[in-house]
Amino acid sequence: MLNAIWPAFIIISFIYALVSGNIEQTSNGIFESSASAVELTITFFGTICLWNGIINIAKQTSLMTKLTKLLQPIIRFLFPELKNNQKAKEEISMNIVANLLGLGNAATPLGLKAMETMQEDNKNKDTLTNSMAMFIVLNTASLQLIPTNVMAIRSSLGSNAPSNIILQVWIATVIAAIVGITATKILMKRF
Amino acid sequence: MQIVNYLSASAIPIIILIIIFYGIKEKKKIFDIFLEGAKEGIKIVINLFPTLIGIFLAVGALRNSGILDFIINLISPITNLLKIPSQILPLAMLRPISGSASMGVAVDIMQKYGTDTTIGMITSVIMGSTETTFYTIAIYTACIKVKKIRFVLLAALLADLAGMIASVIICQVLS
Repeated sequence: MLNAIWPAFIIISFIYALVSGNIEQTSNGIFESSASAVELTITFFGTICLWNGIINIAKQTSLMTKLTKLLQPIIRFLFPELKNNQKAKEEISMNIVANLLGLGNAATPLGLKAMETMQEDNKNKDTLTNSMAMFIVLNTASLQLIPTNVMAIRSSLGSNAPSNIILQVWIATVIAAIVGITATKILMKRF
Repeated sequence: MQIVNYLSASAIPIIILIIIFYGIKEKKKIFDIFLEGAKEGIKIVINLFPTLIGIFLAVGALRNSGILDFIINLISPITNLLKIPSQILPLAMLRPISGSASMGVAVDIMQKYGTDTTIGMITSVIMGSTETTFYTIAIYTACIKVKKIRFVLLAALLADLAGMIASVIICQVLS
């Protein structure tokens, strides 16, 4: 998709700049943009490496399994059709916990494994089951306790309080998740 | 507002405390594990770098040429009606499509309007509370070779829209 959008942005902008007379500013901006990408990457090294280190500790303790157990009632409500598929339920809860902890890199492989486990019981192999649909929608809702990347950007850009967005992010995420879950529960009966 | 700030500020130290507490309780080599994770972080940043350069070039061109302001002015009657700051529209449109592209746009917005202004806060909250929907659906269906995704895209985009509207309202109410 970016293969179409990226050149379109550049072509439209440069032609508009040529016509409107903003060409000098646009020309200078070309090299400024690569310089600011370098600056941002350097500050990212600090914040992103720091969080990866902390989260790696969480990953290797029993914190993950404890949180997974806490999720059981929610899993039962969201995936009633997986009643007897203990393996799928386990993989799904581990994926959700990894997402909550901001472990995107760990969440994706776990999620893909859960999809494969659910596919084993799927009668129409080319169509998503209700449980799979719910699981994907949950994963697109970005349930996250600590929005580490955003905080990293904010502190790189000189924010006075990079973490001042956490509560707002929680509320917005929960609202998005509720809308996604409700839409899925309604739509799965019709389509 | 002060309570919100206090809760937000204490969330991270508390989470780090809990994690370290668990590590000590289970007698893990905490620092070695930390270093291992931090090393993985380097790979993430290096993979992100080329995308950042590419996106900054495209978004910088949109901004410097003046065409972004032109488009923002064009659609501002609609966004004013809905009380959405039109400056965040490029972000709202790119967010479901590409994670690194929307991150580039978010940085661009916050560099121009500040991180702690209402626009900067909305930008941050949108980035934190939504996901790259198209990419997520693509990898989760491709891995098991499913073709018919039924209503999933619709439900996921509805959730994104709700998250974005919520971000705008929450930041405006709390600021």
